[in-house]
Amino acid sequence: MLNLFFISYFIVDGALVGLGGEFEMPRDFAARQLHFGCRPLETTRAFNIDGVVFMINWAEIVPAISAAFLGSFVEVVEAFTIVLAAASVRGWRPALLGTGAGFAVLVLLVLVLGPLFTSIPVHVLQIVTGILLLLFGMRWLRKAILRGAGFIALHDEDKAFSKESDVLRAEAKAHARSADFIAGLAAFKGVVLEGVEVVFIVIAVGSSHNMLVPASLGALAAFMLVLAIGFIVHKPLSTVPENTLKLAVGIMLSAFGTFWTGEGLGIDWPGADLIILGFAGGFLMLALGSISLLRTQRLSLKVAP
Amino acid sequence: MTFISIVLKELLGLFVDDGSLALAILASIGVAAALLHFGMASPVLAGAGLFIALLGLLAENVWRAANSKA
Repeated sequence: MLNLFFISYFIVDGALVGLGGEFEMPRDFAARQLHFGCRPLETTRAFNIDGVVFMINWAEIVPAISAAFLGSFVEVVEAFTIVLAAASVRGWRPALLGTGAGFAVLVLLVLVLGPLFTSIPVHVLQIVTGILLLLFGMRWLRKAILRGAGFIALHDEDKAFSKESDVLRAEAKAHARSADFIAGLAAFKGVVLEGVEVVFIVIAVGSSHNMLVPASLGALAAFMLVLAIGFIVHKPLSTVPENTLKLAVGIMLSAFGTFWTGEGLGIDWPGADLIILGFAGGFLMLALGSISLLRTQRLSLKVAP
Repeated sequence: MTFISIVLKELLGLFVDDGSLALAILASIGVAAALLHFGMASPVLAGAGLFIALLGLLAENVWRAANSKA
């Protein structure tokens, strides 16, 4: 057996195996995992611990965690607003019951979908997730650019909260006997619909290079952070710069999508994973340039008689 | 049934906002795949072409959307 002490986390065969502290693992298991483990890329750093080499590929893990965290943060904020609206109308009991049921559906979804990914050939998985990431990421990016330039109204959590509360109050008044059920159902719908996006982001970002655990941790961190802030402020998180976050996530997911679609098609990208940063830079420049140009155009249209 | 249709609509909405952008993305991936399959371009050239095409599609789409809303 090996006694390993971690001051950071380590990726063995793409899976997160430690986050500080000490744990034991059989030496032959470690060796086997190493043998079939991470690809030796330029960005991979190796650590020799008690004769066993562990590898971390920062170029893969940092963008995966960041994309999952930021994307999930936006979705969890929206789900939180709906749950809070349900709680403000009918109290926390139905809201939490609906939230719990929503989580159960999401866990079921992950349990059903998760094993499917292990049976899909890697290049097929890369091309499918790559295409879905491109569609998803460029959709967010498009919307963020149009919002940033002022052609679409920014998403307002306070407004969303008031609207959801009003709808729930009206429905509760019309169906007094089932008011709690309606509030619970609203929370359930909010958690499932926003949660499906979180599940997609985590699976899409994490599945191709065995980054599911880091991506899940990113999403979990976002959930815990929103919950903690929401618990403290006890109102919709309207000051979150949602459009900036969506722009950042749209850029990251589009960059990942381009990379994985190419890999799935058999393209051997120059610079390997590092080219993701180049793609992100390209999408960022295009987004900022478009926002600037469109904003100028909008202002000139306003000024023109 | 209504809830399932809402979930399905939301799922589709995850990937498709403007149908023309989604179709153009799929078409550009198809062109890159065809170029590679028939050996009409080197993998790096096809990859670079795909990336530039994606940037161009996004720029054209936001420009068109902005002008239709102006």
